[in-house]
Amino acid sequence: MKHLLSAADLSRDEAEQILATAAQMHDVQRREVKKLPVLRGRTVVNLFFEDSTRTRSSFEIAGKWLSADVINVSAKGSSVSKGESLRDTVMTVAAMGVDALVIRHHASGAPSQVTQWVDAAVVNAGDGTHEHPTQALLDAYTMRSKLGDLAGRRVGIIGDLTHSRVVRSNLILLRTLGAEVTLVAPPTLMPSGIADWAGAAGFSYSYDFDEVLPELDAAMMLRVQKERMTGGFFPTPREYTVGYGLTRERLRALPEHAVICHPGPMNRGLEITADAADEARSLILDQVSAGVAVRMSVLYHLLGGAEQA
Amino acid sequence: MSESYLIKGADLLGAGRQDVLVDDGVITEVGRVTAKGATVIDADGLVALPGLVDLHTHLREPGREDAETVATGSAAAAAGGYTAILAMANTSPVTDTAEAAERVFDLGRARGLVDVQPIGAVSKGLAGEELAELGLMARSRAAVRVFSDDGHCVHDARLMRRALEYVKAFGGVVSQHAQEPRLADKSACCHEGELSGRLGLPGWPGVAEEVIVARDVMLARHTGSRVHVAHVSTAGSVEVIRWAKSQGIAVTAEVTPHHLMLDTTKLTSYDPTYKVNPPLRPAEDIAELRKALADGTIDAVATDHAPHARHDKEHAFAEAAFGMLGLEQALQVVNTVMVQPGLLTWAQVAEVMSVTPARIAGLTGHGRPLEAGEPANLTLIDPAATVTVDGAASHSLSRNNPWHDMTLTGAVQTTLLRGRPTLLDQEVSQ
Ligand SMILES: [Zn+2]
Repeated sequence: MKHLLSAADLSRDEAEQILATAAQMHDVQRREVKKLPVLRGRTVVNLFFEDSTRTRSSFEIAGKWLSADVINVSAKGSSVSKGESLRDTVMTVAAMGVDALVIRHHASGAPSQVTQWVDAAVVNAGDGTHEHPTQALLDAYTMRSKLGDLAGRRVGIIGDLTHSRVVRSNLILLRTLGAEVTLVAPPTLMPSGIADWAGAAGFSYSYDFDEVLPELDAAMMLRVQKERMTGGFFPTPREYTVGYGLTRERLRALPEHAVICHPGPMNRGLEITADAADEARSLILDQVSAGVAVRMSVLYHLLGGAEQA
Repeated sequence: MSESYLIKGADLLGAGRQDVLVDDGVITEVGRVTAKGATVIDADGLVALPGLVDLHTHLREPGREDAETVATGSAAAAAGGYTAILAMANTSPVTDTAEAAERVFDLGRARGLVDVQPIGAVSKGLAGEELAELGLMARSRAAVRVFSDDGHCVHDARLMRRALEYVKAFGGVVSQHAQEPRLADKSACCHEGELSGRLGLPGWPGVAEEVIVARDVMLARHTGSRVHVAHVSTAGSVEVIRWAKSQGIAVTAEVTPHHLMLDTTKLTSYDPTYKVNPPLRPAEDIAELRKALADGTIDAVATDHAPHARHDKEHAFAEAAFGMLGLEQALQVVNTVMVQPGLLTWAQVAEVMSVTPARIAGLTGHGRPLEAGEPANLTLIDPAATVTVDGAASHSLSRNNPWHDMTLTGAVQTTLLRGRPTLLDQEVSQ
């Protein structure tokens, strides 16, 4: 594995390995001295074209705990408006001598385009409405910590699927790990061509949350962004919650062993009630803490730490 | 001193070997001709067509001379077998006045490789609000007959209606970039479907084109005017156009080489070379477009040649400029996907790439039959040559060539504009 651009870059073996290493990293995190020397002398640049404090700091801590030199570069705002092309921006950063580039970009495909221009390992830290593979890894990691092996488990992903990068990566990784996936959303928030896509990729989809709910082992609720409310995707927030929110009633219909995930940040009261978010089986905070361990594992595998260790 | 050329043994529109004698800009003899001091052009194995006419070329002059100039675009056109091109109005400043149109016209004549015929904007500044000075452009030295806001759709139904009515006074035509902006906004960059869903690219649904085509043919019927649909890209649009023609509505349509050949799966690499507007469509649409070109529902092939400087393409896919080059490979693409598979004869290629475009654009000196007494605008193609396209060898200033490294069948050998070679044995004249 040279880059991590998509969850599809991971075979089942590779995914299992990353998750296993993440578990070891997670143990390190609980130690008093958290640093491992494995990436000493290596440089990791967080190149963020879009703000995301959570993801950026997670990668930053991950790199530092592996003893890498971590540099944050904010290239916020459209590079087009600054008159500098993506290639120029990336080449400038790469010229400083970089081993790994962690890229967050508001446009789908940008990290994979970057791989044509640089030698560094590229990690997609979220691109447009495309993918966010480390989020999927940490989701899988967290779900496994409660549910065990995900093979044959039923995971529902509910919410604004069209505009979510989380869903695409999760869908691919969960299928790789053998889970059954059902996507749930109103038709206006389903990715286009969903029927063909579902057929080819072997997952199911539904417009009816209540029908799917009693079968689930995990409910992954996605954020519904404020701008969708004026985009005509659904009539009112109230109607959305009634149809697709994880309400108190739905919480009761969800099997007792089932876990609740949300990649955050949450709109409490819209896609998820406060009760659900704070329940014992809600893994939302576990997801955050797993984020660092998973990203340590990814950097370690990409930068050949495995050979050195 | 007259210049004469004797084209020996050309396959005339695929109908058999003839010699063509050209003297002083005019075809003087067709048949078995002996050279009388004329320069001989050996055309053994080559097909002769009337010089090609492109209804849809973007030259970037004025405003973006780093991407293309009238001169470099003319060279690319000559290399592709064209003798006339229509230059779109979306330059900077916009071609929305008589003076601007005359300037483009003059630059083309000065270079002298192809006749550059300006297209006038429909609305001032392409803003879609007020009509540009259509009549003054029509009366100018450039004698503008085609009007288009291409790059933008004339989406205001009332403005479109007025434009259609107004151009009737001078036999003009409105060429529409059909894109309902509420259904496919500026961010739309990938055919809406399974692939756009999977790649997370903003969708450009076919219906955004089809609703405008449907509306415009009804407006053309209401006004009794001519409407031309630029770069038709979907089977649904073809269906509407077919119906409109059956009703006697004066609609014509063009299809681009790339929409005839390249499908939406090219986008899986996120390579901005393949970012074009309207977007590449699925194979089912491509099959319908080929059929419609063969049966005459689509009237013409037009390139939508859209050169871009490298740095305007080296952005994230969704932020890169729309458009790809077209002039140099158009005839090769048509040969590869239409002629070789038996969908079009060479006589039909002459219709869709020369005769009909010239008629739509009101260019009387182009798209003429290859007969004695006609202006000597013609092109020679070697239909059997196999060519691996080298995008770096282009005459265009830009390198956004979607056929780079692909193998096409056919090579344009020679182009004559009014009896003078503008391309001779694949070399553009200086
Ligand atoms: Zn256009």
